[in-house]
Amino acid sequence: MSDAYEKKIEYATDYKPLHDGPLKLARGHRIQYETVQGCDVLLYPEGVVQLSESAAMILKTVDGQKTATDIATALMAQFPEAGDISGDVKSFLEVAHARGWIA
Amino acid sequence: MHEGGSPDPVVMPAIKPPLWLLAELTYACPLQCAYCSNPVDFNGHGKTMDTETWLRVLRDARSMGALQLGLSGGEPLVRQDLETLVAESTKLGYYSNLITSGIGMDAARARSLKAAGLDHIQVSFQSSEANQNDEIAGMRAYAHKLDMARAVKAAGFPMVLCFVLHRDNLHRLREMLDLAIELEADYVELATTQYYGWALLNRDRLLPTLEQVREAEGVANEYQARLKGKMDIYFVVPDYYEKRPKPCMNGWGSVFLLVTPDGTALPCHAARQLPGFEFPNVQTASIKEIWQASDAFNRFRGFGWMKEPCSSCPEKEKDFGGCRCQAFQFTGDAAATDPVCDKSPLRHLVDEAVSSARSTTVEKPIIFRNPKNSDRHTKKPADMASPT
Repeated sequence: MSDAYEKKIEYATDYKPLHDGPLKLARGHRIQYETVQGCDVLLYPEGVVQLSESAAMILKTVDGQKTATDIATALMAQFPEAGDISGDVKSFLEVAHARGWIA
Repeated sequence: MHEGGSPDPVVMPAIKPPLWLLAELTYACPLQCAYCSNPVDFNGHGKTMDTETWLRVLRDARSMGALQLGLSGGEPLVRQDLETLVAESTKLGYYSNLITSGIGMDAARARSLKAAGLDHIQVSFQSSEANQNDEIAGMRAYAHKLDMARAVKAAGFPMVLCFVLHRDNLHRLREMLDLAIELEADYVELATTQYYGWALLNRDRLLPTLEQVREAEGVANEYQARLKGKMDIYFVVPDYYEKRPKPCMNGWGSVFLLVTPDGTALPCHAARQLPGFEFPNVQTASIKEIWQASDAFNRFRGFGWMKEPCSSCPEKEKDFGGCRCQAFQFTGDAAATDPVCDKSPLRHLVDEAVSSARSTTVEKPIIFRNPKNSDRHTKKPADMASPT
């Protein structure tokens, strides 16, 4: 076996831009709440990311049917007091897409 | 968040929970790869733990916060209770990764592991060329591996293909990446051999030249750019050619807990070789005591143990002084600066290893990882005590 847990160099982060179609969590990715860490985490092959509350909220709205625009609309309906957050939601989705968390 | 209030004499609040549990379920393996990270003296270790004990380890580590579970070995498919262990890890909420050569798999077993809730499978290849693959593995394995990689995908798993790279196969990198595309790998790990265990024993024959490494990096970059968004390619840098050490295990006792087949708990794959340690065993101590209170896991935590040039180095929080085992292997002192670092006064030892490998020809025999060679190359206490 190999040391899969040591430093990895990820090349080229200029992934193709976020598309307009429905978004889903990438294959092998899932989100779960962890009591020990006190936060939601994103799990994928040999990796884990601790999510902030807002990141978790956005990723949990990704359901394989909603587009980026739908996701922003759904979150604004859920949190009207937050104002127009569509720009923030879309830039987070772009990062999540570039990192391969969503497809 | 931790439950507050009740004072617990064992808890030291600065210690974060382990995130990774690597369960080395057995040292048995049908392959004989000469770069195996298992300890050379594996054949003399204690009895392999039974199902019940492993189930308890899984439960205890999960309750401590462990999230990623690696099921490894040896070859974990050798264990007939693998599905039972996977089913429990699913119930507990682990993300489970099977790290396998594919030997011992068939389509039905891939499906039963999927049914048990296994999340992901990493299949290792020794080469992209059948004869070379089988020569390195020490058995005819290649054709079966291809079938198994296809079975893994057919069963619906995300698949990581791992190619372990060294002097004899680095020139095939293009072919390996083409093979990964053909097999529809989700991730490809190009793991340049790291020199511990059997790989250290065979270092002169395995260490690639700097020119080979740079060329391989170029190929990896080219494919990564071409495949962006489709297949992730990771290149594990061979640290002998770096100027700074790797942040080994993200720091000793920081996120990683390894349990060997006989229950020994280690902070990394190679730590068992370090002198002056009594590594705890999960059969006589709880995971909580081991992680939080054992001398072995606390020895190199934080920065207090560091010597110069590490202790005053502004980069110590980035690389944690590098690898303790590598420091020991080169300098005899596990608390020394990893000599890969060019600030280490002993960097020349790494350069000498590179030169020694460069002047070693293919005629030097490779020592295959098997029980017979394990016995033959195990250091006896008398050897180590002999004044030379």
